[in-house]
Amino acid sequence: MRWNTAEYAGWGRALRAEGELARPERRSVLGAALAEGLTPAIGNRRSYGDACLNSGGRAVDMSRLDRFLGFDPETGMLTVEAGLSLGEIVAVMAPRGWLPAAMPGTGFATVGGSVAHDVHGKNHHGAGTFGQHVSALTLINGQGEQRVTQDSELFRATMGGLGQTGVITSAELKLARCKGDIVTVTERRAEGLDEHLALLDGSEATYSVGWIDATAKGTAMGRGILEEAETGAGLVPPMKRSKTVPMDAPGFALSSPVVRLFNAAYYRRVPARGRSMVKPLGEFFFPLDRIHDWNRLYGKRGFHQFQCVVPLAEAEALREMLRRISDAGLASPLAVLKRMGSGRAGFMSFPMEGYTLAVDFPARPGAADLIRGLEDITAEAGGRIYLAKDSLGSPNRVRAMYPELDAWREAVQMADPGGALATDLVRRLRLRDKV
Amino acid sequence: MSETWIILGATSSMARVFIRELAGRGDALLLAGRNMDDLKSLAQDCRLRGAAQAEAVGFDARKPGGFAALLKTAQEAPGVLNAAVFVGSMPDQAEIDADPSLVDGTVTDSFTGPARFLQMLAPELETRGKGTIVGVGSVAGDRGRLANYVYGAAKAGLATYLSGLRNRLGRSGVHVMTVKPGPVDTAMTWGLGPQPFMTTPEAVARDILKGIRKKRNVLYTAGIYRIVMLVIRLIPEPVFKKLSI
Repeated sequence: MRWNTAEYAGWGRALRAEGELARPERRSVLGAALAEGLTPAIGNRRSYGDACLNSGGRAVDMSRLDRFLGFDPETGMLTVEAGLSLGEIVAVMAPRGWLPAAMPGTGFATVGGSVAHDVHGKNHHGAGTFGQHVSALTLINGQGEQRVTQDSELFRATMGGLGQTGVITSAELKLARCKGDIVTVTERRAEGLDEHLALLDGSEATYSVGWIDATAKGTAMGRGILEEAETGAGLVPPMKRSKTVPMDAPGFALSSPVVRLFNAAYYRRVPARGRSMVKPLGEFFFPLDRIHDWNRLYGKRGFHQFQCVVPLAEAEALREMLRRISDAGLASPLAVLKRMGSGRAGFMSFPMEGYTLAVDFPARPGAADLIRGLEDITAEAGGRIYLAKDSLGSPNRVRAMYPELDAWREAVQMADPGGALATDLVRRLRLRDKV
Repeated sequence: MSETWIILGATSSMARVFIRELAGRGDALLLAGRNMDDLKSLAQDCRLRGAAQAEAVGFDARKPGGFAALLKTAQEAPGVLNAAVFVGSMPDQAEIDADPSLVDGTVTDSFTGPARFLQMLAPELETRGKGTIVGVGSVAGDRGRLANYVYGAAKAGLATYLSGLRNRLGRSGVHVMTVKPGPVDTAMTWGLGPQPFMTTPEAVARDILKGIRKKRNVLYTAGIYRIVMLVIRLIPEPVFKKLSI
């Protein structure tokens, strides 16, 4: 097996690692690479922090193990290799009337990564997480290769399990029916936080998400645009051509006045009475995928994403967070507010019933302190931060937020007693250390 | 009416992405290569992506005894028949220097094996009076260089062969396109460090499909390599022989 020594990073690029990477293109080559020693697996590196990093060690890049292995058109059961991206599943299956039952905001996420973070999407309030629609998967770990099914502890430890139970090689997914490959989207303005939450609470749409202007202050604080959507059949408007960000942007590109102006214009682009339109599926589910390498807009220092969920009764905690964010003047245009259901598939899954807020911050002075403050508020509210996004959390804080950590650790200990699968995130948060 | 494609070296990084495009538009595929397990999972992948038909068939450039069986399968395909050649091997030049017998295998894999099969296939395409042959060579064939001149010599042979085949088959309506990729992000280049103007298998597949539509004769991908190689070919030999590029 040829190992490539490289520097690599997660999507946020604020944390980096140097280590040896292999990228097998066939199942037999993966076996050969792991025979040299079990190593963590990484996919398209769309998690933001250090969940996909193994500094000083090895990792296997799974992105070329991306084959469709089987499909039953009667039941919608799809078996795929773990390196296949969700966007590719959408491209192939949507025209036949099937979609992944849960999809995150990027189609570049792989199936393996979606399992390892038990990802959620714009339909989480109704459909739950990605892992809730996985019926079985194949793992390679210290005990060799095995098929793991829903009823086991190992399965629950694998869903959202940060890759610590083994290298996920394939998964059996229960797809959801869709009418076709377009969505009808309704957009309406929410003038402040209270209205925004009320609109989210009242939404009966299958897919719903709020874009939030995290720079707005005073009565406008929490304003944004609620997007609600249903899949449909009909003529597909042409997908706009994708573009690539050719280089790291200079620091002023996302400076406070620029973001404020952009957000105000973005808010007003939707008329006050709202509007409905038809979009290709990909444009609604993966809005940023058409701008390749958009993370370079944050410059070479990269950025952090903060994402928390707080219980429904803790709207005041959100208000306090938004106040601090708008005062700090660090937010980027990318901020999302969504109502979550209670669905989760594993011990370490992120969701709980409540509101989730996600905001990007360029890695500038002050960002880390701001984010730690937001984590304090989250903890006090009985909420949780999302490990797929995290780059700044501390061991004690995270331990308190994930009450099933001990059950997870026990299962992980059995699957990988030598700790060969540990990643930078696992070490930073000491997730596998016994307290 | 869907077309049929014979793909030699179907499990290579570059072939796999090209094949998926063909599968997506509903073509029938004869996937030829050495590892039957890999070919079978690739065939299944292609069927699920929409291929009208996808069949795994054995092909080893070093065992021409098996060529007839593949040819017979191809002859049974109705309608337009096409072929794409992705086979080749690139041992480290230092390994070849240490063991000159590796020259034979390299030349067979990259040139004489596929050329012999295409030679057998040519009359069939002439009879049908249409179809396309895509031959994947390499920019390494444009000039012999220190780093990989045996591989380069084999690819140069393939390019010259394809040029002649184009001359012959063009007369009966069959198009032959020579593809010359520069560095592509594949298993072959993994771990070799950063390469100038490296492109992706996805971009190469798109370029090939576009080249077929436009009936290009010689296609460089990434396109910048047309200029890069022009410059490299223009360097006078007395100067070139002292360079290590």
